[in-house]
Amino acid sequence: MAINRDFLGRVYESPQPYEVTRGKIREFADAISDPNPVYRDRASAEAAGHADVIAPPTFPIIMGMEGAGQAIVDPDLRLDYSMMVHGEQRFSYSRPMRAGDVVNCVTTITEIKSLGRNELITLKSELSTVEGEHIVTTRNLLVVRDGAEPAEQK
Amino acid sequence: MTANVRYADVEVGTELPEQTYPVRRLDLVRYAGASGDFNDIHWNERIAKAVGLPNVIAHGMFTMAEAGRLVTDWVGDPGALVEYGVRFSAPVVVPDDDKGAELVVTGVVTEKRDDNRVVVAITARSAGAKVLARSTAVVRLA
Repeated sequence: MAINRDFLGRVYESPQPYEVTRGKIREFADAISDPNPVYRDRASAEAAGHADVIAPPTFPIIMGMEGAGQAIVDPDLRLDYSMMVHGEQRFSYSRPMRAGDVVNCVTTITEIKSLGRNELITLKSELSTVEGEHIVTTRNLLVVRDGAEPAEQK
Repeated sequence: MTANVRYADVEVGTELPEQTYPVRRLDLVRYAGASGDFNDIHWNERIAKAVGLPNVIAHGMFTMAEAGRLVTDWVGDPGALVEYGVRFSAPVVVPDDDKGAELVVTGVVTEKRDDNRVVVAITARSAGAKVLARSTAVVRLA
């Protein structure tokens, strides 16, 4: 089943802001086995010029996935989650995310297209503090394998 | 931001030290919990095979996180990262044994930009397959 093209341009806002905590950052850094002290130790982070411990560069995917999650569970989008794989991911940072940030996420469906037998959907998420300071923009390309409609029989 | 690498010391063609990162089933379970991505194909062999995969595969975002360490360990301060983008070109297949899979990551400086920024092209391989392609990081050096 092809993805519903009517969803192009649709916008999803996080129902509540995400509070970035030192404990969650440490848990995420442990999960990627990255021992860098700026993720754990405030003095190390301050010595590197940061106001508090910073989050690993891919940490904002937690908020991006919440945004994408709102879109992809909508049955009218007709996206087969079981056949979905991650195609591309991009982050553009204004600054590193850090403990104490309270983050809003606004996700837009920016592209839906077919490529061969696959369906491709691109989601862009803008992550900013509740005060309005931009932190990072994420772009997430998802591929639904064998999602395209079969070519018309001749 | 205090990068440990100086812009003046880097040329186009400068190679980052190659790194090898282990990817075991336990790593994927931990990553699922920390990230909130509980897609079955990252921990359930039965379901992974049922949807046509050779075995459990790593989260793309776990692979991206490990490959990013090549750059953030090189510059010292992860806050020096300006952009980071990857294309997932093949899955990292993770067998159910103590060793798991290995991710071999290499990087080379391909461009020097203004404002002390450089572009690093990143390649990651696992079991001989290129798992990240056309992947780049832009970092601001000291």
